[in-house]
Amino acid sequence: MTDTPVKVIVDLSKPKGERESIIPLTDEEIAERDAQAVQAEAERVEQEAIEAQKAADAQAGRDALVTLGLTEAQINALLGA
Amino acid sequence: MAYELIETIEVGAGGAASIEFTSIPQDGVDLVCLVSGRATSSSAGGIEVRLSGDTSSNYLQRNLLGTGSGVSSTGGTDTAFQLATNPSTYTSNTFGNMSFYVCNYTSSATKSIKVDLVSENNAAAGFQRLISGHWNNTAAVTALKIFKPGDNLAQYSTASLYKIY
Repeated sequence: MTDTPVKVIVDLSKPKGERESIIPLTDEEIAERDAQAVQAEAERVEQEAIEAQKAADAQAGRDALVTLGLTEAQINALLGA
Repeated sequence: MAYELIETIEVGAGGAASIEFTSIPQDGVDLVCLVSGRATSSSAGGIEVRLSGDTSSNYLQRNLLGTGSGVSSTGGTDTAFQLATNPSTYTSNTFGNMSFYVCNYTSSATKSIKVDLVSENNAAAGFQRLISGHWNNTAAVTALKIFKPGDNLAQYSTASLYKIY
């Protein structure tokens, strides 16, 4: 059994020392949170794939320029690297 | 211009899904929230900040990013400001830091936002962001929620809320 996640509510209308409440999330909030976790993981995987594709495209572009006869220095100057 | 601390909160054992300041005093000019945070999972998504319970797509931001291996810029509109903090994979016991600034938080105009943040990690991977933001809502800021979707803020994460007048 896992502990129910909690949220910290700080009611600033109350005097100092009485403001903080630790409240367990409702079933609805937990379901929303679980859905967000799935979405966050999907976004992470998608972002990694995008970054990998960018790197592959950049390398393929460099390789193509080398094939055309450009030197490494010329390519760097061209790309502002 | 003076900073006045309204409240500081530290997350206790077991972590917390969110910290939410409610009934924010309306006698300041600007509002600043300083966060020292760490997530309990390794997911890359960052923490988010939502104002006055507004879940509409009223949060616009433009980011300058550094990752430790490159720089980039991004931007967009979302249902909360998209920020960042240390994931659990970063060096143990390190926390990311963030300053979240709201201009004229009691006004009936839409609000300008400024954020700067850094992660802490004893490795090449580490991020920094400068963010110019806009909360497209004319309501006063009466509540501020810090959360990481699907995750917890780790124990010893802190949030301090200041008003500036």
